[in-house]
Amino acid sequence: MDLNLIWFILVGALLTGYALLDGFDLGVGALHLFAKGDNERRLMINSIGPVWDGNEVWLVTGGGALFAAFPDVYATLASGFYLAVFLLIFSLIFRAVAIEFRSKQPFAWWRKTWDISFCVASILCAFLLGVVVGNLIWGIPLGADKEYQGSFWGLLHPYALMTGITVVAVCMMHGSIYLAMKTEGSFHNKIRSWVKNCIIFFVICYVTLTMATMLYVPHMVDRLKDFPVLFLVPMVQLFAIANVPRCIAKGWDFFAFFSSSGAIVIFMFLFGLGIFPNMVLSNPSPQYSLTIYNASSSVKTLETMLVIAMIGMPIVLAYTISIYWIFRGKVKLNEHSY
Amino acid sequence: MDLLILSRLQFALTIMFHYIYPPMSIGLGLIIVIMESMYMVTKKPLYHKMTKFWVKMFGLNFAIGVATGIVMEFEFGTNWSTYSRYVGDVFGSALAAEGIFAFFLESGFLAILLFGWDKVSARVHWVSALLVCLGAHFSAIWIIVAGSWMQTPAGFHIVGHGMTARAEITDFWAMVFNPSSMERLAHVIVAAWLTGAFFVLSVSAYYLLNKRHIEFAKISMRVALIVALVAAIGQMITGRIGAETVAKYQPTKLVAMEGHYPANEPAGMYLFGYVNEKEQKVYGLKIPGLLSFLAQGDANAPMAGIKSFKKEELPPINIVFQSYHFMITIGVLLFILTITCLVYLWRGKLFKATWLLKILVPSVILPQIANQLGWMTAEIGRQPWIVYGLLRTSEGLSKAVKANMVLTSLIMFTFIYLLLFVLYIYLFDTKIKLGPDEMDQDKQMHRAD
Repeated sequence: MDLNLIWFILVGALLTGYALLDGFDLGVGALHLFAKGDNERRLMINSIGPVWDGNEVWLVTGGGALFAAFPDVYATLASGFYLAVFLLIFSLIFRAVAIEFRSKQPFAWWRKTWDISFCVASILCAFLLGVVVGNLIWGIPLGADKEYQGSFWGLLHPYALMTGITVVAVCMMHGSIYLAMKTEGSFHNKIRSWVKNCIIFFVICYVTLTMATMLYVPHMVDRLKDFPVLFLVPMVQLFAIANVPRCIAKGWDFFAFFSSSGAIVIFMFLFGLGIFPNMVLSNPSPQYSLTIYNASSSVKTLETMLVIAMIGMPIVLAYTISIYWIFRGKVKLNEHSY
Repeated sequence: MDLLILSRLQFALTIMFHYIYPPMSIGLGLIIVIMESMYMVTKKPLYHKMTKFWVKMFGLNFAIGVATGIVMEFEFGTNWSTYSRYVGDVFGSALAAEGIFAFFLESGFLAILLFGWDKVSARVHWVSALLVCLGAHFSAIWIIVAGSWMQTPAGFHIVGHGMTARAEITDFWAMVFNPSSMERLAHVIVAAWLTGAFFVLSVSAYYLLNKRHIEFAKISMRVALIVALVAAIGQMITGRIGAETVAKYQPTKLVAMEGHYPANEPAGMYLFGYVNEKEQKVYGLKIPGLLSFLAQGDANAPMAGIKSFKKEELPPINIVFQSYHFMITIGVLLFILTITCLVYLWRGKLFKATWLLKILVPSVILPQIANQLGWMTAEIGRQPWIVYGLLRTSEGLSKAVKANMVLTSLIMFTFIYLLLFVLYIYLFDTKIKLGPDEMDQDKQMHRAD
C-alpha cells in the first residue's frame, strides 16, 4: 500500500466521521420544524447541543487533510464549486448561529426566526454536500490546467439533485433515530412515528438513486464486477437498512442507530471504491481527471502528515468517545441548556 | 472592479471579522482557567459563580468564532486556488495539524465546559477548562506557523516551472520554526490575553459603576489586571523582537512601516506622521537615527529606504505606516492604563475611582483595534507578495472564478456579517445586563409557552 492510497483512505475516514456525526445533527435540524412548542424544540436543539460543533470539526479537519494531502483536489473543487461552497458555508454559519442564538431571547418571533433558519440551513447544507458527491460521481468538466470549466448551474443536473435529496433523506433518517435515543415520554412516541416516515422517504431515494447509478454511471460498480466478493458489502448495507425498522419496533433505539451508522459507512465505502483511483473525475475529458497520484503532495509531506495523524487521531478518538459517553442518555433541560 | 481587488477585499473582510473572536477565546480561556483554579483551591462559591458567568460569555463568543472560521478553511481554495496549489504541500499540513491537535480538543472539551457542570466531577470540569484553553492556544500555533511561512519561507524547495511550480517541504521543523514564527506567535498570544483581560475589565467596571455584583466585579477585575500586566509587558518585548526580524528578513516591509524614504542614509523613527506617497515625503515627529541605532547599533549607520526599491517590490506605504504606528500607540495606551489601574488598586482606590472605571468600560475596543492594525501591518506590509519573495498576490488567484462571482459572495458576506455582528453585540449586552446570577437569566429566558 503506498502513501497516496493511505491518504485517500484517511481523508475518506475523516469525511466518513463527518457523515456519521454531523449526519445526525443535520438530520435533527432538518426535522426541527416538525417539533411543536418551545419545549420540544429546545429538546431537539439540546439533544445535539454539546456535540454539534465537535461534529463539524470533522469537516474542517477533512478539508485541511484534503488541502495537505491532495492540494490540487482541494483547489479545483473549492474554486470550481465556488458559489456552491459559499452557499454551504453560509448555511453552516446560519446553523451554528441559530443554535447559539435561539434560546438567548424570550420573544416568540425571535425563536421562530431562528427555528426556521436552523431547519432551512440544515436541509440546504445536507443537500449541497449531496450535490458535491453527485458531481464527483458524474464527473465535472476539467481542463488540462486542472481547472473547472463549467458554471454553477452546470452542477445542478438531475443526478446531482438526486444525490442531494438522498443525502437529506439519509440525514433525516439518521437524525430521527438519534432523537429517538435522546428523548423520552410522549415526545419519544412522536419521534418513533417520524422514524417510520423517514425510513420510507429514505428507501424511495435509495432505490431510485441505485437504479440511476446503474443506468447512468455504471463505472461506479465496475470494481464490484472485478471482485465479486465485494458484492457482500451492499448486501450488508441492505440488511443494515432493513434492521432499522425492526430495532425501532422492538424499542432498541441504540441498535437502530448503530445500523443506520453502518449503512452510512458503507455508502462512503462504496463511493470511495467507485471513484478510485480518481478523486475528481473529468467528464467529458477523462484524461484530465485528478487522481490520487497526479493531485497529491510530495512523499515527504504525506509521510510527515501520517506521523501527525498517527499521533493525533487516536487521542482525538479516545476523548471524543469519552465525551459522547459523558453525555449519554436522555436529554434534560437545565439552566445550562440552550 | 477587478478580480484581484475583489478577492483581496473579501479575504480582508472575512479574516478581519473572524479575528474579532479567536483572541477573545484565547484570552478569556486563560482567565477562566485562573478563576476555576481559584475555585478548586479555595472552594469559595463566588469563584464558582465567576467561572460560570465568564464561561457563558466564552460560549457565545466561541460559536461565532467557529462559524466564521469555517469560511477561512475553504477560502484559500475558493479564491486563491493557484496559491493553494503552490503552497498546499507546506501550508496544508499546518492547517491539517491545526484541525487534529487544536480544533478537536477545543470543541470536544467545550461540551464539558459548557454543559458538563452536573455530569462530571469538579476536577474533570477544571481539566476540561484547561484543555479548551490549551486548544485555543494550539490553534493559534498552527495557523501562525502557516502564516509566518508566507512571510519568511523556510524548509522548502521549489519543484517544477511556470504554471506547475510549487513549494515542497524539505525540512518540516525548519518550516515550523521559520525565522518569524515563534516571535509572531508570542506577540499574537499576549495580544489575545490583553483582549480577554480588557473584556473582563470592561464588564467588571460597568458593574462597579452601576453598583451591582460588587464582589464579583472586584475579584474579576483583580484577575484581569494581573493578566493585563503580564500581557502589556509581553507585548512590548515581543513587538520589539518582531520588528528586528522584519528588519532582517523583510526590508520592504520595514521601510514601509517606518516610512524611511531616502536610500542609504541614517534612519530615524517617527512617533507619528503622515506619508505623502506622491511627494515621497513623511510629515511628522521623528527621533533622528533611532531606527539605525536599533537595527544596526549605530545611530549614523546608513540604511536602505523606500527609494532603494523598485515600485513593484513595495507595499502601499501610508496604510502600513499608519497601521503600525496606531498599533503601537494603542499598545502604549493600554500599558499606561493597566499600570494606572494597578497603582490605584495598590492604594485601595481603584473601585471608587469613577473616572478610571469610566475609561475602562469602552477600553474593551482598544485591544481589538490594535489586533486588527497589527495584522494589517503584517499582511499589507507583505504585499505585493502572497508568499514573500516567491509568489505575487496577483498570481495566486483562482482561474475558474470570475469577478462577478466574487462580487456576489462579497455582498452576501457583508450583509451576513453585519447581521451577525449586530446580534452578537445585542446578545452580549443582554447577558451582561442580566448579570452573573443565572437563576434570573433562566426565569427571564424560558417563560412557559
